Amino acid sequence: MLELRNITKAVGGETHIHPTSLVLERGSLNVLLGPTLSGKTTLMRLMAGLDRPTSGSVWFDGKDVTGQRVQDRSVAMVYQQFINYPALTVYENIASPLRLKRTDAADIDREVREAADLLKLTPYLDRTPLNLSGGQQQRTALARAIVKRASLVLLDEPLANLDYKLREELREELPRLFAEAGAIFVYATTEPSEALLLGGNTATLSKGRITQFGPTIDVYRRPVDLLTARTFADPPLNTIAVVKQDGRFIIEGVPVLPVPAHLSAMADGPATVAFQPHHLALTGSGENTAALSVRTAISEIAGSESFVHVEFAGTRWVMLVPGIHNIEPDSDITVHVDTRHLMAFDEAGRSVGGPAG
Amino acid sequence: MNKTWNNKAWFMVLPMLVLVAFSAVIPLMTVVNYSVQDTFGNNAFFWAGTDWFRQVLESDRFWAALGRNLLFSAIILTIEIPLGILIALNMPKKGIGVPVCLVLMALPLLIPWNVVGTIWQVFGRVDIGLLGYGLAALGINYNYVNNVFDAWATLIVMDVWHWTSLVVLLCYAGLVSIPEAYYQAAKIDGASRWAVFRYIQLPKMKRVLLIAFLLRFMDSFMIYTEPFVITGGGPGNSTTFLSIDLVKLAIGQFDLGPAAAMSLIYFLIILLLSWIFYTVMTSGDETA
Amino acid sequence: MARIDLEHIRHAYGEKPASAADYALKEVHHEWSDGGAYALLGPSGCGKTTLLNIISGLLQPSEGRILFDGKDVTDLPTQERNIAQVFQFPVIYDTMTVYDNLAFPLRNRKVPEADVDRRVREIIEMIGLGDWARRKARGLTADQKQKISLGRGLVRSDVNAILFDEPLTVIDPHMKWQLRSQLKKLHRQFGFTMVYVTHDQTEALTFADKVVVMYDGEIVQIGTPAELFERPSHTFVGYFIGSPGMNVLPVAIDGSRARIGETEIVLDHAPAIAAGAKTELGIRPEFVRLGRDGTPVRIAKIEDIGRQKIVRAEFSGQSIAIVIPEDGEIPAEPRVTFDPAAVNIYANSWRVGGEG
Repeated sequence: MLELRNITKAVGGETHIHPTSLVLERGSLNVLLGPTLSGKTTLMRLMAGLDRPTSGSVWFDGKDVTGQRVQDRSVAMVYQQFINYPALTVYENIASPLRLKRTDAADIDREVREAADLLKLTPYLDRTPLNLSGGQQQRTALARAIVKRASLVLLDEPLANLDYKLREELREELPRLFAEAGAIFVYATTEPSEALLLGGNTATLSKGRITQFGPTIDVYRRPVDLLTARTFADPPLNTIAVVKQDGRFIIEGVPVLPVPAHLSAMADGPATVAFQPHHLALTGSGENTAALSVRTAISEIAGSESFVHVEFAGTRWVMLVPGIHNIEPDSDITVHVDTRHLMAFDEAGRSVGGPAG
Repeated sequence: MNKTWNNKAWFMVLPMLVLVAFSAVIPLMTVVNYSVQDTFGNNAFFWAGTDWFRQVLESDRFWAALGRNLLFSAIILTIEIPLGILIALNMPKKGIGVPVCLVLMALPLLIPWNVVGTIWQVFGRVDIGLLGYGLAALGINYNYVNNVFDAWATLIVMDVWHWTSLVVLLCYAGLVSIPEAYYQAAKIDGASRWAVFRYIQLPKMKRVLLIAFLLRFMDSFMIYTEPFVITGGGPGNSTTFLSIDLVKLAIGQFDLGPAAAMSLIYFLIILLLSWIFYTVMTSGDETA
Repeated sequence: MARIDLEHIRHAYGEKPASAADYALKEVHHEWSDGGAYALLGPSGCGKTTLLNIISGLLQPSEGRILFDGKDVTDLPTQERNIAQVFQFPVIYDTMTVYDNLAFPLRNRKVPEADVDRRVREIIEMIGLGDWARRKARGLTADQKQKISLGRGLVRSDVNAILFDEPLTVIDPHMKWQLRSQLKKLHRQFGFTMVYVTHDQTEALTFADKVVVMYDGEIVQIGTPAELFERPSHTFVGYFIGSPGMNVLPVAIDGSRARIGETEIVLDHAPAIAAGAKTELGIRPEFVRLGRDGTPVRIAKIEDIGRQKIVRAEFSGQSIAIVIPEDGEIPAEPRVTFDPAAVNIYANSWRVGGEG
């Protein structure tokens, strides 16, 4: 179990990590999700022991390891760049952490072959990394992290430099790999869809703060604040500033949306209402939808679905709709919000109600 | 950066610290000691205060030597820096030419100072030296022993021959680190050769150029061996640089007090000028 | 802006290519229309960057000609082709201000300063950097730098084409949305011919009118995003486009009947298939209906990715992916049917028969 107790990190008067506490369980997969410079890498370096926190402490299995050197901890790391020993074969690359531990030859051979098999590297064991594709190079780095049997494995955007399709393949394999290793995995990414595909737990980061930590799908469905909701939306979250009054959401005196049942308990007054792009549709009827008049901007077609950018009351929204819809820009159309999925936030950005379940 | 502290590390550095103490700190303190006292040998010392410093600073001899030093460094830098950049720009970026050029460039750097001096001393002699004899055969009256201009020209040509490579190698290292996309973008933007140099290559070379500039300045300002071997400070005092003057003062005349004061002044001048250069050259560097 | 003709272009990096395998780019012969937005899509090493460099003139093709508006430019160097290019990593002149960066291509071409000023001001507003004009370019964020690279291309009103080499690689997801829709808007407004290289299907499909899918040095399909999605002409296109990709299952064809394991599917036509060809059936996960009718499946895994769920299941001994909506139900005894209109048949990996 890895525990961060109220750690902070400041470099030259600039705060990189604000007070943060986090508990990661053994055998769990934990995603750090946030944009560039939100503190993902800094947090990982603190977990690994590459940097010392400015204040607070790091505990591992009930022991304070704050001052302990990274060499004395059981940590493996995989980076965005493909880092392997260029002069060694794939076999020797995977074997290298075992050789350092002076494991005997038979065990090394068994473990290397197991890891290679798991990561589909068996045909390439005799090659050197530079003769492999990017995907295979990163698989080699992953295999090396696996055989090390470290209790903490840190992956810093490991798929960012790979082709889209290769990412998809590895993403599908990784959770299984993690489940078998039984270590604590920490995985940093900028992409919400990657977090969702990996599952496990997610901590959303924004400007050096963890805004929420919990099971990935829960964080996605029930963000505690607007910042988290924004961090965890791709396409970007649609938001609108409203005033709640008499069971209606009002903009500049005009009622635009009915308050759905799950938000009826929230207090009257100013609020921000938000919803995901796929909860805005071109057609709709019944009590769970509300019609809005919007002006279209650009339509993007992504094969089976379309992204239609629209403007409503001076705010830019994106709608994600199934099928192909190339709507002429600057036309006025009616769209339908699925009110069951509305989220609401108070003026400080804290959640005051979201969809149930 | 807050690295993990490890006090054992000090033990590893200790031998080096002792070495530095014996090789730099203790001699320097001895010099300071001499510079404020007078001695007639037998370990008998008399307090002299700032007398030696005043004497050095008031002597024409010191200022003349300092002037020569500054002139020499200025000439060297105006030739070697642009020439070094020019050669680096024209060196091949890939293929067999790269190692060939690099080895050729490194050759002069491998030769010790006194050997360089001796080579040029012989090379320039009118009776047996290829250069001196050749120039004489062409009807050019060249003699570095008698003619002030010839003596200076010989020293400058020799220094350029010896040290331009250093500038070339540093600039080359800066140039090869520029991604290919920059050149492609410049082509597409229709940039001239000059614009590519001015807006891409020069900004990317800035750091290494600063290092080259400082190294060459300090080194040329401290020049001793070559003029000592070639001209011995002559003709007259025309190539008597501070270092040569210092040795004459200390070893030749055994005036340890003034010599110590002078070497301290010398040291402070180099420190001061280096600091000024560094500050000026890095001033426009903060990110906006 | 210009029409681009690629005439029988082939390229090999080595000297004297002997066989087809030596070519990084196998025969490309196409006409790209004036003002079109094209995306070159494919995995690393498929030849898409080679083709882009041939168009920009950074590379001379081993064989073939390239024409801009009917004029042969094969032997012209980059600077004389009048094109603009945005690279993977932002290229900016970091000692210059944002304004000077944008003015650079014009000043190099000796445009009068008054025109430079008018044009630069216009572009700087367009890319939303108006407040930054006098700032040094070096302190900007990656997306701002990439906007400058783009701006330097747009500033010249006479460019033949604007080329993009994976321009959003270093941009955060949220900024990608913004930049992409801005690009799209600019294209609608000014009608530049644009060529966009990427390995990311979402970028390619959303950006382009026509997507050029490349694989192993060849163009396997050129089509609209809808065509590539509904009628992939090669199983590679089916796999590469869509997330997850198309389910491709070995099939036995008999007239208009297709048999996968124990299951028989009636097709809406009888594909003409040469004897001995390897036959496969392609169906996108979006068009597999999970319900109480059809062939029983065994569900292996359900991935809840928020707005939809990906169900991995076993169907007649084959593993298939099924996409169901966010609040889609999974019955206790799940069965699947295929939407007949969405079924494609492949012989030796190429699509056969039928309409579309």
